[in-house]
Amino acid sequence: MSPIQLSSAELEAAHRSGRLDWSVEQLQAKVLEIRRDIITVLAKSQTGHSGGPLSCADFGTVLFFHELNIDPHNPKWPERDFWHFSIGHVTPVIYSLMAERGYFPLRDLMKFRAFDGHCQGHPSAHDTPGIEVSAGSLGQGLSVCCGVAKAAKIDNHPRRVYCVMGDGEQQEGQIWEASMFAAHYELDNLCGIIDYNRKQIDGDVEAIMGIAPLADKWRSFGWHVIECKGHDVPDILRAFAEARAHKGQPSVILAHTVMGNSVSYMADDYRWHGKPPKPAEAEQALQELGTSYAEWSERLLNH
Amino acid sequence: MSTITLPEKVEMKKTREGFGRALVDLGEKDPRIVVLVGDLSESTMVHWFAEKFPDRFIQVGIAEQNMTCIAAGLAAMGKIPFFATYGAFASCRAADQIRVTVAYTNLPVKIGGAHGGISVGPDGATHQAMEEIAIIRSIPNMSMIVPCDFWETYKATFAAAAHPGPVYIRFGREDVPVVTDKDTPFTFGKGEIFAEGSDLTIIACGVMVYEALRAREQLADRGIRARVVDLHTVKPIDRALIERCARETGAIVTAEEHQVNGGLGGAVAEVVVQTGPVPMELVAVHDRFGQSGKPSELMDAFGLRAKDIVAAGEKVVARKRK
Repeated sequence: MSPIQLSSAELEAAHRSGRLDWSVEQLQAKVLEIRRDIITVLAKSQTGHSGGPLSCADFGTVLFFHELNIDPHNPKWPERDFWHFSIGHVTPVIYSLMAERGYFPLRDLMKFRAFDGHCQGHPSAHDTPGIEVSAGSLGQGLSVCCGVAKAAKIDNHPRRVYCVMGDGEQQEGQIWEASMFAAHYELDNLCGIIDYNRKQIDGDVEAIMGIAPLADKWRSFGWHVIECKGHDVPDILRAFAEARAHKGQPSVILAHTVMGNSVSYMADDYRWHGKPPKPAEAEQALQELGTSYAEWSERLLNH
Repeated sequence: MSTITLPEKVEMKKTREGFGRALVDLGEKDPRIVVLVGDLSESTMVHWFAEKFPDRFIQVGIAEQNMTCIAAGLAAMGKIPFFATYGAFASCRAADQIRVTVAYTNLPVKIGGAHGGISVGPDGATHQAMEEIAIIRSIPNMSMIVPCDFWETYKATFAAAAHPGPVYIRFGREDVPVVTDKDTPFTFGKGEIFAEGSDLTIIACGVMVYEALRAREQLADRGIRARVVDLHTVKPIDRALIERCARETGAIVTAEEHQVNGGLGGAVAEVVVQTGPVPMELVAVHDRFGQSGKPSELMDAFGLRAKDIVAAGEKVVARKRK
């Protein structure tokens, strides 16, 4: 794995306001950095979730470094797009994306879930600048995003609204209440993204409580459904572009991903949903990602 | 303080009408006000707002959990959302949504919980919300107002809009006596002494404020002078006033149309035991579900009448003198 190295000028540019519109190559390089961040953060904290953050890394990076119109230094910028992770437990990827985009210093990541840090186990608006609505109880985020999208419609504001959901989360009834609402009010400024990694805490989603056929369910609820390869940056870009262009209906992207993607011993194994790698395991993961704990924690601490 | 003396015949009006009227007046003044409802426009009386401001009225259908979080999203974008449904659904069904999304984020979502109390009547136990005070006041950042009549509900709705955080307003179903008027003082977070007395203090909220004022008249006939406090804001609670009443009158009776566990009585007792314990009696629903019946029958059967407050008053004064 040898993507391009991002220059320090590019790192600087990653913090600017507006849509970044990064190239495929730049995005791929950033995905790798995000993955390294996730493992390093979990290695340090020795608490937290590994599987979901790694499956969200690619579309999360495209969202933050290509799609979103935001100002990390002014999180309440009135012109901003709104993003929200309804799956609050994937904080390692949320905080890594936020720090890499410039919401707060990278070194804050090294206090993930710590008493003296702001990076709470689940996203807290009270603690972390840029978290607009706290999350952690599954099923609530799409409703929040419906409220944000409806507010934009009332105000005739061009804001776009992005909501990241889990596939296991589709088992929550409130998701479908929100789904009905968004279609009823034709919230075409709303884009859902489902991390469709087919695993949840207790095992395979289809074995625990089947959600298939998921695309048909969303279609029948009145949404424009887009499927994409969730670890393929060009395909993710295509999906976001299609969602942006579609009018009259909300869009949902089913991102077909692999839980624990890019770490050999985690990939597609539900047992990695909710636990961190032990130090030796983390070292192996970071080697697979082309770095080491010493090198990457140094990078995080010195920024 | 304002001294309230009840006439023989008191005007009757619904508290929720005060909510509906206030929303229209607030809507005129402030474009940030939006109103959501879960298929109960007329019974929560938000239909007046809907007619006047259709662009700021959002029908959500029968989906209270969804409605709670949609309101949060609107609030996050600078709106001041009020949502209305029955208290049973607002406080119990949407409790997790209120806790995690609304209160933890501390968003200015305003919750109108209608049909609180046993006086809901024939609909029976499922629709007689009697746990809201206990649930809502246990959640950090939440505030709660239980107004006593039409005018106080009107003022409470304005106070809720002005408060920067989330607020729950509880109101009932029936016409209830109007004991205050347009000019009766109302301050969010401050109780109001409605009548003076030195032998005990009756601290009440909601429709029980009327019953407390009637009880005071009956106690006076028996030589007991009762002070009556309208503690409309259950949270944040007026600690200074409760402490003062305990010190000055030496005995307290609380009265609420709510479960005794964790309600107004419990909230007052939490202050009293920490500041200067005095004998207390709690008039409330004692850990049982409601049932169908006429509101008046139920208020009698569940011990929520002036005579019940009188009995509690005599008991607490006897304890005080022992």
